[in-house]
Amino acid sequence: MLKLGGGGGGGGQDWACSVAGTGLGGEEAAFEVARLGDPGKAGCRGPGRGCAGIPDSAPGVGMLQAGAGGPARGGQGVEEVGAPAGGGEERSARHPSAPALRLLNRKPQGGSGEIKTPENDLQRGRLSRAPRAAPPAPGMGDHGGQPERSASHAPGTPAGAAAVNGVLHNGFHPPPIQPPRLCSRSLPGGGDAAPPRLPLQPELQPQPPPPQHDSPAKKCRLRRRMDSGRKNRPPFPWFGMDIGGTLVKLVYFEPKDITAEEEQEEVENLKSIRKYLTSNTAYGKTGIRDVHLELKNLTMCGRKGNLHFIRFPSCAMHRFIQMGSEKNFSSLHTTLCATGGGAFKFEEDFRTIADLQLHKLDELDCLIQGLLYVDSVGFNGKPECYYFENPTNPELCQKRPYCLDNPYPMLLVNMGSGVSILAVYSKDNYKRVTGTSLGGGTFLGLCCLLTGCETFEEALEMAAKGDSTNVDKLVKDIYGGDYERFGLQGSAVASSFGNMMSKEKRDSISKEDLARATLVTITNNIGSIARMCALNENIDRVVFVGNFLRINMVSMKLLAYAMDFWSKGQLKALFLEHEGYFGAVGALLELFKMTDDQ
Amino acid sequence: MAECGASGSGSSGDSLDKSITLPPDEIFRNLENAKRFAIDIGGSLTKLAYYSTVQHKVARVRSFDHSDKDTEQDHEPPYEISVQEEVTARLHFVKFENTYIEACLDFIKDHLVNTETKVIQATGGGAYKFKDLIEEKLQLKVDKEDVMTCLIKGCNFVLKNIPHEAFMYQKGSNPEFRFQTNHPSVFPYLLVSIGSGVSIVKVGPGSWETTGLCSALLSTGCMSEPCQAQVETEDRFEWIGGSSIGGGTFWGLGALLTKTKKFDELLHLASRGQHTNVDMLVQDIYGGAHQTLGLSGNLIASSFGKSATADTEFSKEDMAKSLLHMISNDIGQLACLYARLHCLDRVYFGGFFIRGHPVTMRTITYSINFFSKGEVQALFLRHEGYLGAIGAFLKGAEQDNPNQYSWEENYAGSSGLMSSSPELCPTQRPRSGTFDLLEMDRLERPLVNLPLLLDPSSYVPDTVDLTDDALARKYWLTCFEEALDGVVKRAVASQPGSVDAAERAEKFRQKYWNKLQTLRQQPFAYGTLTVRSLLDTREHCLNEFNFPDPYSKVKQKDNGVALKCFQRVIHSLDALGWEERQLALVKGLLAGNVFDWGAKAVSDVLESDPQFGFEEAKRKLQERPWLVDSYSKWLQRLKITVE
Repeated sequence: MLKLGGGGGGGGQDWACSVAGTGLGGEEAAFEVARLGDPGKAGCRGPGRGCAGIPDSAPGVGMLQAGAGGPARGGQGVEEVGAPAGGGEERSARHPSAPALRLLNRKPQGGSGEIKTPENDLQRGRLSRAPRAAPPAPGMGDHGGQPERSASHAPGTPAGAAAVNGVLHNGFHPPPIQPPRLCSRSLPGGGDAAPPRLPLQPELQPQPPPPQHDSPAKKCRLRRRMDSGRKNRPPFPWFGMDIGGTLVKLVYFEPKDITAEEEQEEVENLKSIRKYLTSNTAYGKTGIRDVHLELKNLTMCGRKGNLHFIRFPSCAMHRFIQMGSEKNFSSLHTTLCATGGGAFKFEEDFRTIADLQLHKLDELDCLIQGLLYVDSVGFNGKPECYYFENPTNPELCQKRPYCLDNPYPMLLVNMGSGVSILAVYSKDNYKRVTGTSLGGGTFLGLCCLLTGCETFEEALEMAAKGDSTNVDKLVKDIYGGDYERFGLQGSAVASSFGNMMSKEKRDSISKEDLARATLVTITNNIGSIARMCALNENIDRVVFVGNFLRINMVSMKLLAYAMDFWSKGQLKALFLEHEGYFGAVGALLELFKMTDDQ
Repeated sequence: MAECGASGSGSSGDSLDKSITLPPDEIFRNLENAKRFAIDIGGSLTKLAYYSTVQHKVARVRSFDHSDKDTEQDHEPPYEISVQEEVTARLHFVKFENTYIEACLDFIKDHLVNTETKVIQATGGGAYKFKDLIEEKLQLKVDKEDVMTCLIKGCNFVLKNIPHEAFMYQKGSNPEFRFQTNHPSVFPYLLVSIGSGVSIVKVGPGSWETTGLCSALLSTGCMSEPCQAQVETEDRFEWIGGSSIGGGTFWGLGALLTKTKKFDELLHLASRGQHTNVDMLVQDIYGGAHQTLGLSGNLIASSFGKSATADTEFSKEDMAKSLLHMISNDIGQLACLYARLHCLDRVYFGGFFIRGHPVTMRTITYSINFFSKGEVQALFLRHEGYLGAIGAFLKGAEQDNPNQYSWEENYAGSSGLMSSSPELCPTQRPRSGTFDLLEMDRLERPLVNLPLLLDPSSYVPDTVDLTDDALARKYWLTCFEEALDGVVKRAVASQPGSVDAAERAEKFRQKYWNKLQTLRQQPFAYGTLTVRSLLDTREHCLNEFNFPDPYSKVKQKDNGVALKCFQRVIHSLDALGWEERQLALVKGLLAGNVFDWGAKAVSDVLESDPQFGFEEAKRKLQERPWLVDSYSKWLQRLKITVE
């Protein structure tokens, strides 16, 4: 009933994020649009750039600023003209100076436009939460997730966190050496899994005086948190979430090094979440775990475990939130790190329905950090990145591993519902070059309208069987052969859907042909824009990611062909195994980083 | 714009009778003197071009030999006016729907007198399809010309010869059309032709240096005569890219989605739709709670994104609109990327997707502004539809070197830019069945920029832009309307011996009156509207009905009187001191200007007081300071120069 596949990948929302996901982006976009209606100001790069000068602000705060600024400026430009999802926008990656600016504690009524101090926020947040929060069960499971801030003055950094730091800041991490996991699991009491550095050590550290606003309840949670010896490590469960326009991508870290003591301490609903997620591959009617993508024996934040990749349609989001409420997820006091447009769209619902505060993250930051991380850890011993050898020769074209150890500069093309194109110069220096609204959502949307299909899988299946040359007008249809004057082969598409101008041709094509033509049109267009961006940015490595490529070999090969052919071999198209999940991984990484920063 | 007589008005395009009888002299004018044909057959429109010679009366002035005469004493006019028959060259371009092609060819065949013509240059996608028909009907051999070569040649020709050819289109701003004064150096420029697909071409000498796929191929067939060298380099072009998402995609995909078969109908649907019902917007992803984002929430994140998730039915209008945005945005984005790569900031758009449709011009402009952040200009051409035909014609006429001459748009014989948008001009007759005309007259001498101008490209001779200034426009149009009776009278009076003068004058009145009404509705129809262009239009209309100069007699008499006064004025000026002389000079200029064209007050005065003269005019001048008075400054500067 619901569509699973979707070109969810986060392109649309990626893009959206770059515009609106942060205050900065939001404002810039607003100005861009406003400027259109006023050619007189066209030359003035002022407003947008001016914004760039605003010190990094929390997403939420930024949003409020954008909100205040936007409408006043606008008015004229947009009318009902459809603004495309493009518009290059320069910006450098920021690592959100997160903790101080987290919206964790935003006043529920929100949106008043005032800029809140963290202290105020904390207080408000606490007060508003207090009545709903599950009463802390003494000695059990409450890891006191929420007010990590208060730990920010804690001196000393456990080794485990430092390792995490290493991963995060240089983007590289040696593939984990496989410890005898199974063994440790089979013996719940077995101590080899738990690193000796963990127990209780932090207790010995003097704790900073808690902020003045701290309530007894909070202090209590805080203490328990310290008791568990996880200072600078977030409490379980560890989730990273990317809520896109079409698909929600969820990564879940399943710790496999749980000690007997931990297992005993583990509260019931935490355990049930773990069991539920890891023992199923499908959730409800529409949730899917991509088992084949699972990253095994991964060390994250000092813990060893498996990283699971789960997706479900964005339209099931409300059910998901409902479930969170029913399972009393909020009692775990975990921080839910979320990126994608849905992090904004559903924030309110998370809070009011499930009593959960989202930690909202910039989706392009997440995308890049997630991508670099996954590539650095590899795909269970295999490389994450690959390319197609002999892309212009269908007979010899085949998938080959590619080493992305030195990835910069790269053009990163994220194809979700829409498409974002980024030029990445280093892990924290990138700019969004442009984007297009013709993405996975367009493919699926048009396919649904043209063929009556309902899912991404269905659409791709049809496309695999179809022949686009019945639908498209080729160069040879116009010129009888190659158009030598322009160096165009007769087989090149002159006009996508061009044959459909004629009624006879409309009556003679199949749904499969239409699906194929739609796929080819969208893919080639993205390829064409990406190629132009690569030329303009002088980058020869083009990395294609996003869920539009999921189970979509046709598009991958087309892109590989297009990059190679039109650039005469100068450009290389690269692909990654975890296509659409990098945003979610990046969000999870932020969870560790944010804890670490305190 | 001439309408096809039999079935044009009233009936819709679908029910047109193909065997119509065309009013001969209204559309294919001057066929009896026509030679050298070219035809550009597009997907739905045919453009025919031909060259003709026009014989018409010209008022010529011949001076007397004054050496042995005392001009002071007799009443003889100072010069002689002779009306001569002269032959000038004219280019005709006619645009009509493909449905009329057979009827038109029949008509041409029946009326073609000239038998020298053996060949017809043909271009456009339909040239192949209609080749046999043309050869059979006209008994002319069809020479096929490359579409893009013709397009570029045509484009350069109109850009050079027609002032205010190119314009920017800004829906909702005033004026919506912003014409460019023709820049002497338009090269190199980017031309984006949106036919069924999109071709992006770099035109001009600059394009030669860049290495491209086809530079080598381009050199063939372009070079002929050395005197054409300049033009040849300007006609050089390089195909730098393209896209398969173009007009054909809009049409084809639109037909599939909406079951609407005609391109124009699709556009019409699109103009009524709401794309936000079909497209996934930023606010759909980021949530309604973030309307505080303001405008950016309206940006499209994913075209047709909603149709992938919603199970609702979508209206034809909404889908057409969404499709239009998708395609326009995509083309605009690619154009910007290419413009940036080639460091160009002007992009001309053409092709049937544009064809003067405000809907597409608007979305393309929007997209270009959006993607280039205002750094690239989207420009459209008034005669965009004719480029191929003009180019094909020029290819065939290379031996006549049409590029050596200057040509001007004949306002009397040209339809002007018509809006096809019903919402822009509700009273407009349906587009179907209309014949669009463009006529260009060869000027006696090539036009050059005045060498004294500091910067010819920024010089605007007209002080008031009537397209811009609605009040002034109203005033001047009324002014010309009210003066029309007088002009008609003058015209009749100027040809006392002619039996049909009254009849012709009446035709002139009708024609000019209609032009004025068109301009009231569409002030942008012939580019920037100015008092000068209104006068030119009147002159062209008068010429068409063989009134070369109704005022020649009046001018002759006035000049005679002026000459008589001349000595006296000179003497009195000589008698003045230097400074007084300067003031007298300026006052004289101002008073003289009072007699200038169009000044209604003066014509009223002159009608009532025939004795009103230079002295009277000088006395009527306002005392200093004048409305704009820089006299003292000027005097100061003069003094320095004198010293």
